[in-house]
Amino acid sequence: MWKTILRRFLIMIPEVIILSILVFLLAKAMPGDPFTGSINPKADPQQIHHLMKINGLYDPWYQQYWQWVVHLFHGNLGNSYQYQEPVTRLIAGRAGNTLWLALFTMILTYAFALPMGVFAGRHEGKLPDTIIRVYTYVTYCIPFFVILVIGIWIFGYVFGWFPTTGSISAEASGSGWLQTIGSRFYHILLPGILGALFGTVNIVQYLRSEVIDAKGSDYVRTARSKGVPSKDIYRHHIFRNSLLPIAAFAGYSITGLLNGSIFTETVFSYPGMGLLFVNSISYRDYTVITALVLIYGILNLIGTLLSDIILSIVDPRIRIE
Amino acid sequence: MAENFEQHSDVSAADLARLTQEAQAEATPFTAKIIWSEFKADKPAMAALFIIVGFILFVMIGALFINTPKMMETNIMGYFNQPFTPEYWLGADSGGRSVAKQLIVGSRNSIGIAIGLTVISSTFGICWGLISGYFNGYIDWGMQRVYDFMMMLPMTMMIIVLVTIIPHYNSVTLTLIFSIFYWEGTSRLIRSRTLAESEKDYVSASRTSGTNHWKIIFREIMPNISSLIIVDCTLSFAENIGVETGLSYLGFGLPSQTPSLGTMIANANDPNNITQYWWTWLPAALEIIILCLSISYVGQVLRRAADASQRQGAAD
Repeated sequence: MWKTILRRFLIMIPEVIILSILVFLLAKAMPGDPFTGSINPKADPQQIHHLMKINGLYDPWYQQYWQWVVHLFHGNLGNSYQYQEPVTRLIAGRAGNTLWLALFTMILTYAFALPMGVFAGRHEGKLPDTIIRVYTYVTYCIPFFVILVIGIWIFGYVFGWFPTTGSISAEASGSGWLQTIGSRFYHILLPGILGALFGTVNIVQYLRSEVIDAKGSDYVRTARSKGVPSKDIYRHHIFRNSLLPIAAFAGYSITGLLNGSIFTETVFSYPGMGLLFVNSISYRDYTVITALVLIYGILNLIGTLLSDIILSIVDPRIRIE
Repeated sequence: MAENFEQHSDVSAADLARLTQEAQAEATPFTAKIIWSEFKADKPAMAALFIIVGFILFVMIGALFINTPKMMETNIMGYFNQPFTPEYWLGADSGGRSVAKQLIVGSRNSIGIAIGLTVISSTFGICWGLISGYFNGYIDWGMQRVYDFMMMLPMTMMIIVLVTIIPHYNSVTLTLIFSIFYWEGTSRLIRSRTLAESEKDYVSASRTSGTNHWKIIFREIMPNISSLIIVDCTLSFAENIGVETGLSYLGFGLPSQTPSLGTMIANANDPNNITQYWWTWLPAALEIIILCLSISYVGQVLRRAADASQRQGAAD
């Protein structure tokens, strides 16, 4: 078991290194340099030249890369020129918003998907199963950003039930902590619900087929012959058995949630990392861009790693030899 | 050949004809025939197919009659013209540009890119999956690590970064950039099927008799999983419509002077447009929904046709 986890970690190291090189080179290829905007337009070109020289911008790329990595390990990701503050502080201020939204969406997804999956599997081939299948099919096909736009139009603007912008209302930010939490929660409610309603397909399908498989297995037959009520069989025997692999999906869904966060935060003008990324791209603020791509990549990696480890605990067949 | 056979065998000509007929009756029908009878059995699927093909032909031909630069010129007289008027069927946007015309040209661009992306990324994904699944061992291991790495990359972000780096991009470069990141799903599916297929007897028989590896892969294994390939391509086509429109919606797809369904939905980013001038973005949004649903529906029917146990048609 430990061997598998160790191996999985060892494979991860070169991936992170290659990712960091790739991100670094892409950042180098982007138009502009780190001094754009931070110096006064009348500055002497000679002076800029000198600045670039002492900051090592004329060194070969591997030396610059090494410098960048050393800074990275000291927690120094450079300065954002758009906001004129350290990137680490800037991102730390935004990361919370994205992570809360992602966590809330994930919890809601499970809350919707688990009952649906068990229900569909229990009534296989009957009307509820068909309805759930059509539902998952429709939600899977429609591009997510279209749903967000239509959702904010109907529920945010036409009915006015939900806020359409920001992460906290102006009145609530000054008052007590209860209002603050309430307002924050109110702002993630609509994006969270939309994300959850339209992200259930994997869990529902997996759980449905698990339940159908388990229905014919020996332990279920034993429980039935002992006289355990049908409801308890589904709740305690079958469901509990498929809980761990279902939990493993959480890791894989991180990739989807992070990818979706770019769209969700743009539509809802929600100040998280995704919106920060989109804004930084338009300002060519490349210290922020590199940091965000790196963070998203590493979070994806950790998510996959967690899922792989959980699954290899559950199912010994997929352990890496 | 048949004459030769008659001389050397004791099977009569009548028997031979009967045997041939029996063999033909029991042989698996052609994939195209199965698919066609599946569509005939499912009327909504037939309708979806006609909607898609008719619509794609309509926008492709219709866009030829529209002068895009002239259409994109600002016309102050048409500022947010109401829809359902004789001059502007679907109204006009903030620049007085006809929404209906933009919708036709935009659909042409978006569908064109989705088709291009599907062709390129599926071809690459199929080859990758076939090779990785057929050559077990080190080659497969290496290709799997590349696959893992690609899966780790934050796709949307990488595409946006690449789009900003490339100075002058058009729909072709855009399609190529998207293709770099959208072959993984296909490749994983094809690989797992190829792994199973390579275990079968016909492959080992062919290998023992010394057939070239590439011939086994592309002439023997690939035709055997062709139904899976058709299904996968259809489903990725539906997905790929969302890829380009999503990026264009964010403002990193097609440039703003080239209409796309995504840039039209981006009109909704303005709080005034989204409520008051709904006709500037809602038609494009609805079109994407209908298009994606019908294409995926056709994909589902193809999947049923590919899986003999689920067929509804009369061919089996």
